Amino acid sequence: MPNPQPKSSRQSKNMLSDDLFDVVVIGAGVVGCAVARRFVLEGAKVAIVEKASDILDGASKANSAILHTGFDAPQGSLELECIRQGFREYEDIRSELGLVQQKSGAFVVAWTPEQMDALAGIEAQAHENGIVDAHFVDAKSLKAAEPNLSANAMGAVNVPQESIIDPWSAPYVYLHQALENGAEVFLSCHITGGDFDGHVWDLWSGNGTLRSRAVINCAGLYGDILDRDVLGQAQFQIIPRKGQFVVFDKAACGLVSSVILPVPTEKTKGVVLFGTVFGNLVVGPTAEDQQSRTDATTDEVSLNALIAEGVDKLPALAQMPVTAVYAGLRPATERKEYRIEAAQDKNWITVGGIRSTGLSAALGIARHVFGLYEKFGAEHQPIAKPVTPQANVLAQTGARDWQRGGHGEIVCHCELVTRREIEAALVGPLAARSLGGLKRQTRAMMGRCQGFYCAAQVAELTDGKFAQAMSERFAHD
Amino acid sequence: MIDNGIPIDVAVIGAGPSGLAAAIALKQAGVGRVAVLEREPQAGGIPRHCNHPPYGLREFGRILKGPEYAARLVASARNAGVEIHVSITVTSIHGDGLLRLSTPEGVFEITPRRVIYATGVRETPRSARLISGARVQGVVNTGALQSMIYLKHRRPFRRPVIIGTELVAFSALMTCQSAGVRPIAMIEADAIATARWPSAIYPRMRGVELLTNTRLVEIEGDTVVQAVTVANTDGQTRRIECDGVILTGSFTPEVALARCGHLDVDPATGGPVVDQWGRCSDPAYFATGNVLRPVETAGRSWAEGRQTGAWVAQDLAGKLPSHDAKPLRILLGDARIKYAMPQVIYPSKGAGGMSEIQMRVRERVSGTLIARMQGRPVWQRRLNTRPERRIAVPIGEIISQAAADCVEFTIE
Repeated sequence: MPNPQPKSSRQSKNMLSDDLFDVVVIGAGVVGCAVARRFVLEGAKVAIVEKASDILDGASKANSAILHTGFDAPQGSLELECIRQGFREYEDIRSELGLVQQKSGAFVVAWTPEQMDALAGIEAQAHENGIVDAHFVDAKSLKAAEPNLSANAMGAVNVPQESIIDPWSAPYVYLHQALENGAEVFLSCHITGGDFDGHVWDLWSGNGTLRSRAVINCAGLYGDILDRDVLGQAQFQIIPRKGQFVVFDKAACGLVSSVILPVPTEKTKGVVLFGTVFGNLVVGPTAEDQQSRTDATTDEVSLNALIAEGVDKLPALAQMPVTAVYAGLRPATERKEYRIEAAQDKNWITVGGIRSTGLSAALGIARHVFGLYEKFGAEHQPIAKPVTPQANVLAQTGARDWQRGGHGEIVCHCELVTRREIEAALVGPLAARSLGGLKRQTRAMMGRCQGFYCAAQVAELTDGKFAQAMSERFAHD
Repeated sequence: MIDNGIPIDVAVIGAGPSGLAAAIALKQAGVGRVAVLEREPQAGGIPRHCNHPPYGLREFGRILKGPEYAARLVASARNAGVEIHVSITVTSIHGDGLLRLSTPEGVFEITPRRVIYATGVRETPRSARLISGARVQGVVNTGALQSMIYLKHRRPFRRPVIIGTELVAFSALMTCQSAGVRPIAMIEADAIATARWPSAIYPRMRGVELLTNTRLVEIEGDTVVQAVTVANTDGQTRRIECDGVILTGSFTPEVALARCGHLDVDPATGGPVVDQWGRCSDPAYFATGNVLRPVETAGRSWAEGRQTGAWVAQDLAGKLPSHDAKPLRILLGDARIKYAMPQVIYPSKGAGGMSEIQMRVRERVSGTLIARMQGRPVWQRRLNTRPERRIAVPIGEIISQAAADCVEFTIE
C-alpha cells in the first residue's frame, strides 16, 4: 500500500477516470442500462460500472422476454406505474432504435373451475390498470385462437397488447445509446466500498476510484450487499428466486401464437408458454427461493416437470425436441413490491427488488429514478438531438445479417449467425469478453446443436478475446 | 456460380459421404446438372474431422483416415461431373423443391426438379439430455471436439470424462489422445459397453477407467467444468474431478429444414418420413444417409447414397411407382423398438428400392420379432439384440403378404 494521502489529493489516487460524474450507475443489467440511458438523455454526465466482464450477466441474462402491459400488476403500485410507462416508452423508441416488438397477445388460461372463477377478477383488474382491451374469452374462442392447446382449457382472459421482445438487444441498445451520447462504461469493475463527503462520492473498486455526485444502485442480485457495504445500510434483503426454463425446437414455435399464462398465485406468475422473437417456444419458469446469488443450475427433475406441464397444456410438444435449457435468478426480496428508495442526504438511490418485470418496466423505472434524482437539486439540460444507434436484429422476423451479402460466412448454422456479426460483437466498448456475452449479442451456439457444428469455429474466432478461453492451441505434429 | 441460368436437375443438400455418393450416382446415370450444396467451407462431411481410420474399405478398397477419405470422395464427385458449392446454406425448403439459399454474396432461390436431403446426424447436446448442474464451458459433443482438435488444433480441456460407449465414444478417445488430452473415465449407463468387443477393452488399454452401470447425474463448475457426479445403479454416487465432459453418441438426424419446413418427420427416427426409395412426404424430396435414422458408418451412408442417386435418376425418368397410391404404413407396437425405417412401403414389385426395413431397439431384447397385418402374423424372427445393433427385416417378404394398409411390429 502507498502511504495514506489526504482525500483531496486526487493525483495520488488510482483513478479509473479523472472526471467527476454527475451519476454513477452501479450494475449493467437491463435496469442499469435503461437508467444510464435516461440520465444521459436528460443531460447528466454518467458512468456505468459492472462487475462482470459483460453486461446483462446477472438477473438480466435469463428471463421470459415478455414486454408486459401491466394488466396484472398490483393496483396503484409503483411497479404498475413503471411497467405502463416502460411499455409506452418502448413503443415510442422502438423504431428509432431498431427494436423488435411482436404483439403476440397473451391468454391467461383457466384449467380448473377455481381458476375459471378467478378470471373475472383478472379482467376487472386489467381494466382498472388501464388495459381496457383485456377481455374474457370462452373455451370455444380460445380454441379458435389457439387450436393446439389441450381441450382442458376452460376459458381465458385475452390481453392483446402483451408482447414478446429481444431481451438482450434492447438493453444493449439502451446502453449503446447512453455511450454514444457521452456515458462511460467500466466493465469487470467491482465497487467494494465508498465514501461520501456531503457533496461527492468516492467509489472504490479493485481497479481504482470513481468520483460522482450521485449514485444509482442497480446491482440487482447484489443490491442489498452494495447498500450495506457502501451506503452503510440496506433496507431489504435479496432472496434469489431461481427460474428454470426449457426451450423447444423452432418447429414448436407455431404451436401457439400467443403467450399462454396461468392464473397467477400469490408467489409467482407461474409457468408460462411463450414464443420468442428468435422463433423458439419456451416453457418456464420454476420459482425456487434459494440463498445463493450465483447458483443458476438446472436439474433434471424440474426440467422434466416443466416439460410435462408444457405437454399437458400443449400436447403436440411431446414430439418436439428440446433445444436448450436455462435458469435465471430473480432478485426478489422479502416483500413483493419494488424497493426503489432515495437516501436524500447521501445522493444515493437504490433500485431494488425488481423481481420479474424488470425488462418490461426498465424504461419506466429509469424515468421514475430520474424524478427522484431531480429532488437532490441537480439540474441538467436534456440533449437536444441524441444519437440513435441501431439494435442488433436477431429476431427471425427482422432483416438478419445473413440476408445481406458480404457477411463472410454463416458460422452458427442453427441460428444463422454470420462471421460479420461475431466479429462486430468482439469489438467496441461492449465487446463480448465471455461466451455468455457473445451468445447474448449474436445467438451463436444457442440453437439446436448447441455448438456441435460451430464451437470450433467460434473458439477460433474468439481466440484471445475471452477472459475464459474456449480452447487452447496446441502444437500439432 | 450456382445461378448460371441452366436449370438444376437435382440439388443435394449436404456434401458428406451419402450426399456425394448420391450425386455421383446421378451423374453416372446420365442426369444433367447435379449440384451439391454444402454449408461448411469444405466438402466432405463428418469424416473431414475424424482424423483416424478406418474409412474407405468399401468405397476405395483400402483403409484411410477420415480426411483422406473425405478428400477422395470430393475428388470422385468432381471427376464424375458433380458441382460442389460450399459455404452455401439452405435456409428453408418449400413445396415442389423450392430452396431458399444464403451465400456470402447474398440470398437467392433455386427450384431443382428433385432435392436429395443428406444432412446427416449430430449428437444430442447437453441441453436436450437435461443433465443437471451448472451450465459451464467445457461440455462438448464429439463432433465439436473433433473439429476443434483436428481442424483448428485447439483443445478445450485436458482431463475430461467421456459419456457413452457407442463407437463414436472410442473415436472421441482417440481424438483426445492425439492432442494430449487424457480422459479420466468413460461412463456408460448400461451394464456393458454399447460398441462391440474389442472396443470394451480399449479404454483400459489406454489407461481410461470404464464405469458401466453408471450415469452422469450432475456437472459442477463456476465458468468451466470442475467436477462431475456419477451414480451407479445401486444409487451410490461418486464425484470425479475433471475439466471437461464429452457427450458422445445419442445421435439425432439433423432435420431442422424438414421440421421447420413442410416435410413429415418421424418422431421415432427423428428423420423425415420416407418410403423404400427414400422419397419424402413431398415427392420432390428424397432423403439418404444418416438423416434417415441414427446412425450408420460412413461406408454404409455412402452405399445408401449410391442407391438413392440411382432411384432419383429412375424417378426423373418416370420409373418409380406413383406417390399417390396408398402405401403400407409400418407401425411400432412395442416401446422397446426404437424405430423402423422406411416408415411407409409401396407394395410394388420390380421397382427396386431398399431391400430391408432397418430397425433398432432401445434396450437389450431377447424374444421374437413379429410382423402382423390385421392381427395376423405375416413374418417373424428370433431376436437377441442390444441398442445400436442393426436389425433388418426383408421388405420383399412383407410386401408379398400385403393385404392391409399397415403392418405392426411387436416383440414377444
